[in-house]
Amino acid sequence: MLKTFPKGGVHPAENKVTASKPIETLPVPKTVSIPVAQHLGAPSTPEVKKGDTVKAGQLIAKSSAFVSTNIHSSVSGKVLKVDKVTDTSGYRQTAVVIQVEGDEWDESIDTGKELKKDTGLTGEEIRNKTLEAGIVGLGGATFPSHIKLSVPKGKKAEVLIINGAECEPYLTADHRLMLEKGEELMVGIRLLMKALDVEKAMIGIENNKPDAIEHLSSLAGKYKGVSVHPLKVMYPQGAEKQLIKALINREVPSGGLPIDVGTVVHNVGTAVAVYEAVQKNKPLIERVVTVSGESLKNPGNFMVRIGTPVSELIEAAGGLPDDTGKIISGGPMMGKALNSLEVPIAKGTSGILVFPENKAKRDKPQNCIRCAKCVSICPMGLEPYLLRSASEREMWEMVENERVMDCMECGSCSYICPSRLPLLDYIRLGKSTVSKIIRSRKQ
Amino acid sequence: MSKLLTVSPSPHTFGGDNVKKLMYGVILALLPALAVSVYFFGIGALVVTAVSIISCIGFEYLIQKFLMKTEPTISDGSAAVTGLLLAFNLPSNLPVWIIIIGALVSIGVGKMSFGGLGNNPFNPALVGRVFMLISFPVQMTSWPEPVAARTQYTDAVTGATPLDVMKEGIADGVPVSQLMGEVPGYLDLFIGRMGGCIGEISAAALILGGIYLLVRKIISWHIPVSIIATIAVFTGILWGANPEANADPVFHILTGGILLGAIFMATDYATSPMTAKGMWIYGVGIGIITVTIRVWGAYPEGMSFAILIMNAFVPVINKYVKPKRFGEEIKNG
Repeated sequence: MLKTFPKGGVHPAENKVTASKPIETLPVPKTVSIPVAQHLGAPSTPEVKKGDTVKAGQLIAKSSAFVSTNIHSSVSGKVLKVDKVTDTSGYRQTAVVIQVEGDEWDESIDTGKELKKDTGLTGEEIRNKTLEAGIVGLGGATFPSHIKLSVPKGKKAEVLIINGAECEPYLTADHRLMLEKGEELMVGIRLLMKALDVEKAMIGIENNKPDAIEHLSSLAGKYKGVSVHPLKVMYPQGAEKQLIKALINREVPSGGLPIDVGTVVHNVGTAVAVYEAVQKNKPLIERVVTVSGESLKNPGNFMVRIGTPVSELIEAAGGLPDDTGKIISGGPMMGKALNSLEVPIAKGTSGILVFPENKAKRDKPQNCIRCAKCVSICPMGLEPYLLRSASEREMWEMVENERVMDCMECGSCSYICPSRLPLLDYIRLGKSTVSKIIRSRKQ
Repeated sequence: MSKLLTVSPSPHTFGGDNVKKLMYGVILALLPALAVSVYFFGIGALVVTAVSIISCIGFEYLIQKFLMKTEPTISDGSAAVTGLLLAFNLPSNLPVWIIIIGALVSIGVGKMSFGGLGNNPFNPALVGRVFMLISFPVQMTSWPEPVAARTQYTDAVTGATPLDVMKEGIADGVPVSQLMGEVPGYLDLFIGRMGGCIGEISAAALILGGIYLLVRKIISWHIPVSIIATIAVFTGILWGANPEANADPVFHILTGGILLGAIFMATDYATSPMTAKGMWIYGVGIGIITVTIRVWGAYPEGMSFAILIMNAFVPVINKYVKPKRFGEEIKNG
């Protein structure tokens, strides 16, 4: 019996059509727009102005608060403007727009391909490098990684968990990274272990990636304390709390963090980025993005400079199909629908999905038939049907008592609902209203 | 590029099931039981089932169109399921006019008066059935003989059900070992060669349908298992204490409406609890009430009443029985 999390979950069609497509490096685009808010927390402060020339890897926006991080130019060229552009969230955000000239990298970056295994750096220095390089959680949450490496006083990390679940349908970016950058990943994991001062790291990978499991298992022997754990395919296994439960059978308390149960979770992409930052002095300026969808001619996995417009990726995947109805940044369960093709790829963009018109629109909702499917699949043990009806009736006290804030918005309830009720839409309404109420109570 | 893109919040992909597919899945699961019934009761089973389904769909359409003035939703299949289940709870010689009245009560009072699908607190088919049982006690408790009544309808030869024989015999002080000789054997009870309601006779067909519902994930196992287990334990204790005054658990489970009720009636979505724990409470309650009515009550069978009584507790169960929240115990402990 393969391990998984015990409560709830769904199994949408996997559609991992790009799993066997090696990572292709996308040519550097003509212009990039690099938003200053690509992470959870405070937007970074721009350090460049119109007319400045920059090199790839040069700092262009500085961490502005405790929960914030640095942002670097992904290309060399001239700053056209520092202005608002629409990003993947659909909102207009400040971004540094750069016209590309050549491809000159900052001299301090080691662009060589050879593996650099050893480090003389201390844990503290690894943490600082992580902040300097602007590394954030690449699984999609984009939480600044250096903060997760600083264990709060009184807490102790016992095990590092590496998230290779990639439970979202379609996405294969992490899968390819595990196959093609296995050694770098392993060194990255050792660096993270050093920063956290732990002896043990567990890589959780869903069983639909047998080649990645095999490859990393064969490498793991060479890296002390690192082990690979196949997991049963079940969405949302890549959610931090569910992965922890599946691997070490501990439950992160409601409102708590993984460190409360002695662990820290990092994505495989993040671990590779940490390797590059620490060993090669390379900031986070490019990432792997899966471009997929049934009608695309050439779906694939692309190494993309941060700030590249989505349109460039779709061109590389064979151009926009005529029947396109929806474009999603991320996976089909938690991703965001885009309203424009000019939106820039950000640090957290794991995939671009092109859906045909017949899959773009939702079906008409019907009455709740009280089938209880949403209750049985909710991985957090909530009652989505009840949160919906209470939110609809604006019974906020009840919404709060029914623990709406525990919802991580995985979308399993809306996915399973046979009446096609927009359960998660109402739960989001409940969450935002209740968090406002909680904030006003604290004041 | 001037193409307009659809923008909506996640998720962007959905499961394969919808209300219609679930309802037609239930109908499919009920077909083996119908086939066995047509084999044993012949034309009567077909007429009663057809009249019941057509009237239920017809009343739902008329009520939605002319009273509620909403778009009729008869194509979702829920009215057909109610009609089929109502027929399954009726004898095969019931006159057409009584069936139509029963269908009106089921759909009109049991379902639409509460707002339609998903809003009704009581199982609509059972509301109709119990109304008919109280209003037409003679017609509702005359049972055509299996096989013998194949070509007859309201004029069918009738006899007693195994539960009638058992109840009256025990009341007259006849030992159960002697009564067991007067009722069909276990194999006949399992296949369905006995008097009774159209859909309840064949344990084999009902279990087959139940397995389909479980495999298709249309129902979860909690309710059927908790009901049947409770009945087995309860009747087992009584039988163990005095085997000459109480029938054994196998007899209880194979006769009357227990399997039809446990698999198809008590699992009705709108009228059963939302959590696994709640389903257990509900199932155990139904089991205890059913046996209590069978052994000490005035009726030989108590499944319909037991389900309706526990239906009434469902809102309370849903209010107080919560799923185990992720991360809850550690915080409290």
